[in-house]
Amino acid sequence: MLTALATGLIVAMLALILGHVTVHGWSVVTWGFLSSGAEEGLFTAGRSGIFPMLFGTAARVILMTLLVIPAGVITAVYLNEYAPASGRLTRWVRGAVNHLAGVPSIVFGLFGLGFFIGFVGAGLDDWLRPGAIQPYWAAEGLLWASATLAVMTLPVVVAATEEALRAVPAGLREASLALGATRLQTLVRIVLPHSRSGILTGSILAVGRAAGEVVPLLFTGAALYVSGLPGSLNDKFMDLAYHVWVLCTQSPDIDQTKPLLYGAVLVLLGLTLSLNLVAIMIRARISRGPQGTP
Amino acid sequence: MPTTDLSNPSAATRRSPSGEADAPNHPLIEIERLSLCYGQMRALQNITLNIPERLVTAFIGPSGCGKSTLLRCLNRLNDLVENARIEGTVRIGGCDIYGPGVDVIELRKRVGMVFQKANPFPKSIYENVAYGLRLRGMRARGIVDEIVERSLRSAALWDEVKDRLHASALGLSGGQQQRLCIARAIATRPEILLMDEPASALDPVATSKIEDLILALKQEFTLVMVTHNMQQAARISDYTAFLNQGELIEFNTTSQLFTNPSRRQTEDYVTGRFG
Repeated sequence: MLTALATGLIVAMLALILGHVTVHGWSVVTWGFLSSGAEEGLFTAGRSGIFPMLFGTAARVILMTLLVIPAGVITAVYLNEYAPASGRLTRWVRGAVNHLAGVPSIVFGLFGLGFFIGFVGAGLDDWLRPGAIQPYWAAEGLLWASATLAVMTLPVVVAATEEALRAVPAGLREASLALGATRLQTLVRIVLPHSRSGILTGSILAVGRAAGEVVPLLFTGAALYVSGLPGSLNDKFMDLAYHVWVLCTQSPDIDQTKPLLYGAVLVLLGLTLSLNLVAIMIRARISRGPQGTP
Repeated sequence: MPTTDLSNPSAATRRSPSGEADAPNHPLIEIERLSLCYGQMRALQNITLNIPERLVTAFIGPSGCGKSTLLRCLNRLNDLVENARIEGTVRIGGCDIYGPGVDVIELRKRVGMVFQKANPFPKSIYENVAYGLRLRGMRARGIVDEIVERSLRSAALWDEVKDRLHASALGLSGGQQQRLCIARAIATRPEILLMDEPASALDPVATSKIEDLILALKQEFTLVMVTHNMQQAARISDYTAFLNQGELIEFNTTSQLFTNPSRRQTEDYVTGRFG
């Protein structure tokens, strides 16, 4: 009874949010809104679009994916295939990855500022451009925002990959090894192909989580307004989730801005929900048995 | 460095050109005082056993007697178990396979294995058989095609699959899958074929096909099989080893062991009084 009530409450809340946003945002989301920029006034309904923000979000998410998938898969492969199961290092690495999932996102933002911009970026500047006055890498930009998000979503990818690796039947590994395959050959030819749906699910969940995230971007690369699209890795960029915050808090005339806000939120919600939906669908296909598990 | 050349066929096998074994009982595998522990648990104790070339040798015994463990010592598959410790020697064609400088990968190319549960890869029938060849970097289409066909024929599967070589192996029946695993194992021409209860998950018709296949394969391979089915051991093996609780109780020709066992325990087991 209580369970039903709790479930009902959750469903009702989700429906309320979705319904409210859809009702108010639906008429705003037009092709013009999606495809135009904000050159004619960031906060004026009817004249301002979200294309640069969509572009920025897509760019940082794609870049993050390129960083987090190799790192996450390699970590999971090490933990699951190579590290001794009871070893101290294994326990530490796995513990560290799990704790990473519990770190508040503002801390990731500060970490990105301190580590990627203040340390890595400054190091790169000293090395590649000694004597330059203007910092090039030691500044907020697309690359460092993406890297920060990659660190944040690493646990999602590691956990999903480890789960997928554990689901590979022992018989397949043994068959491969008994045919004279090395561990690496077995990994590349049997284990990883068998795990690819799981890795894909983890990656989509990571993308879904990162797409709606604002806080880590605050110090690492998102801008309130820049003209034009980011053209290089160290450019600052506008971002959809960050734009929602901007519209909320920075507008001089909230009534003027409100329709824009609804439109931006609707697009953002649609984006993250559909990413999660895809991940759920892939996961359901895996549990039914992927390419081939009997 | 004491390199033990496992791939040298003259040192490893002695086959006469006629295809007949000169000395059919020449021991290809010599197991000497072999013991194996999993942590504190002793799985095998002091086993000494010579397995003859190009005959079928069966390991029988009650569940947990160590017969599968012993089989897995012969291709060092127990190496994968983290806390397994091995003492004693196993020589194949005169080389100690646990000696220093032995290439385990090379060993496993000489000693193929078929498992209890058919474990085809989720790939096409063709790619399953070609897997071992691909590992050796074999790319030439014609040669691979030929070996795949020959292996499938040897495994008595060719006629059933020749029209769907590129269909998934997982669409085959259980018995066909097991024969596919045999084809996969023999595609790389090992000398020895280990079989861990290869028919235990199959129905009687599929089982008899596998048994016929084993009898045909001993023309070319030395077969070592584990079975819990005594009738099966009696039907198809030439030599039988009876193990109980990690010890080798008796090893003899199959007819001797089943009709005139020298140990009381063996007699009790083969007549069905225990186990």
